Amino acid sequence: MQPEEVSITVNGRPVRVAAGTSIAAALLMAGEPSRFSVTGEARAPLCGMGICMECRVTVNGVPHRRSCLLTCASDMEVVSE
Amino acid sequence: MSATSARFDVVVAGAGPGGIAAAVVAAEAGKRVCLLDANAAPGGQIWRGLRAETARRYPHGAVFAAWMARLERSGCVVWSGSQVVDLAAPGRLRVESESESRDVEFERLILAAGARERVLPFPGWTLPGVMGAGGAQALVKSGLDPRGKRVVVAGSGPLLLAVAAGLTRAGASVQGIFEQTPLSRLAGLGLRMMLTQPGKLAEGARYRLQTLRTAYHFSSWVKQVEGRGRVERVWITSGGKDRALDCDWLACGFHLVPNLELPRLFGCKIVEGYVAVDALQQSSVPGVACVGELTGIGGLEKALVEGQIAGLSAAGCESMALALALQRRRQQKFALHLDRAFALRAELRGLPMERTIVCRCEDVTHSALSACASWREAKLHTRCGMGACQGRVCGAATEFLYGWKPADSRPPVYPVRVPTLAAETDAAAVARR
Repeated sequence: MQPEEVSITVNGRPVRVAAGTSIAAALLMAGEPSRFSVTGEARAPLCGMGICMECRVTVNGVPHRRSCLLTCASDMEVVSE
Repeated sequence: MSATSARFDVVVAGAGPGGIAAAVVAAEAGKRVCLLDANAAPGGQIWRGLRAETARRYPHGAVFAAWMARLERSGCVVWSGSQVVDLAAPGRLRVESESESRDVEFERLILAAGARERVLPFPGWTLPGVMGAGGAQALVKSGLDPRGKRVVVAGSGPLLLAVAAGLTRAGASVQGIFEQTPLSRLAGLGLRMMLTQPGKLAEGARYRLQTLRTAYHFSSWVKQVEGRGRVERVWITSGGKDRALDCDWLACGFHLVPNLELPRLFGCKIVEGYVAVDALQQSSVPGVACVGELTGIGGLEKALVEGQIAGLSAAGCESMALALALQRRRQQKFALHLDRAFALRAELRGLPMERTIVCRCEDVTHSALSACASWREAKLHTRCGMGACQGRVCGAATEFLYGWKPADSRPPVYPVRVPTLAAETDAAAVARR
């Protein structure tokens, strides 16, 4: 049985993932950074459990969401910070 | 503006095994219980991503399924996606969720905040593709597909073996496990475990079997990560020799440290890095109990037994709680042995170079921090620990690297939205009147 898929956009690019996938996992699979650091380094999820804040992104216009704690839902717009 | 409010006999913060056990036994004893957790579903880190129907295929899955069934039957109210951000007033927590902030009042509070990984800085550790060891495991459990990825697992602690086994099972090609502690320390632990904890040894052996094609190296650690824009290569040092390994991901964590922000906020007494508790898991603050990793890094069984003790105690069933004392003592001894076996070697302090970032939120380098005398001075002069993670990552690193003692927590213990802060100010004003 094929798991159900959901579609989101990451920095405007469409990304399809299995239902139940966290946004952090989707970002890593899409090869997109979650944020750029104060000196401009690209960063990606580190702790995977809501502690490090490296995975924070803007979701549907709301900034600073911890992508590792959020599950992808259809048509979510995710933007790196 | 005031937050909506709810009232319970017992509030449990943290829905890992310890929190679930505490909530279940208190609710079964007839108390009105609320179980709070920031994640999308109960289970904590060890049970992340498990579903009751398919859980039996996974290690600890049957235990998870049994506790989840009891949780459902118990009548306990579960608030997932809810982050505790402050003590709004005595006996009242402020909780923020996706849509709102609200207050929850309690007679008894049980903190089961769990632990996080200790991650240490080395050149290249901020590159995308470097994750915590438990971090990689958590991300895979939440949908990250590791098939075809070459992964180096490194750091320290019993978690490394479980992580390597989980990644292998999910289709990753694990290039090696690199444990900083010497084999001699683990051999001592193995012997003790055989005598006192045969179950845990069998579990370790099972993980080991699943990763049989992966070499387990002792007295070995990551010195540097290289790559353009992402991890491409990891330098490992072992017995005085360095070698490079090509890989896609580095899963690196140095054992665990407890999430002490909430106990600190409440003023619970902390001794040698853990919350001090009595035989009924009560902290130094009346009405506040702490369980699981907060009182010593011991894993699933310790969390379950301590959770039950705290839950029974909150429901007034002290004698039933005390009947678990022997089990509890055994688990606490195991936690002590783990801390000793996986103590960090001094060489790891030499890994950051002058320009290596230590505080990832504010990009503060090792050379900037080396010039500071304390955590407080570092915060004031460099903004180390002042960023979004509030020192959760760099705090444990700077404690190890420079010997700095962490400061007390200040509310809100997580970055919050403005309406939550406004309600915060409101509550503070009410408290002052």
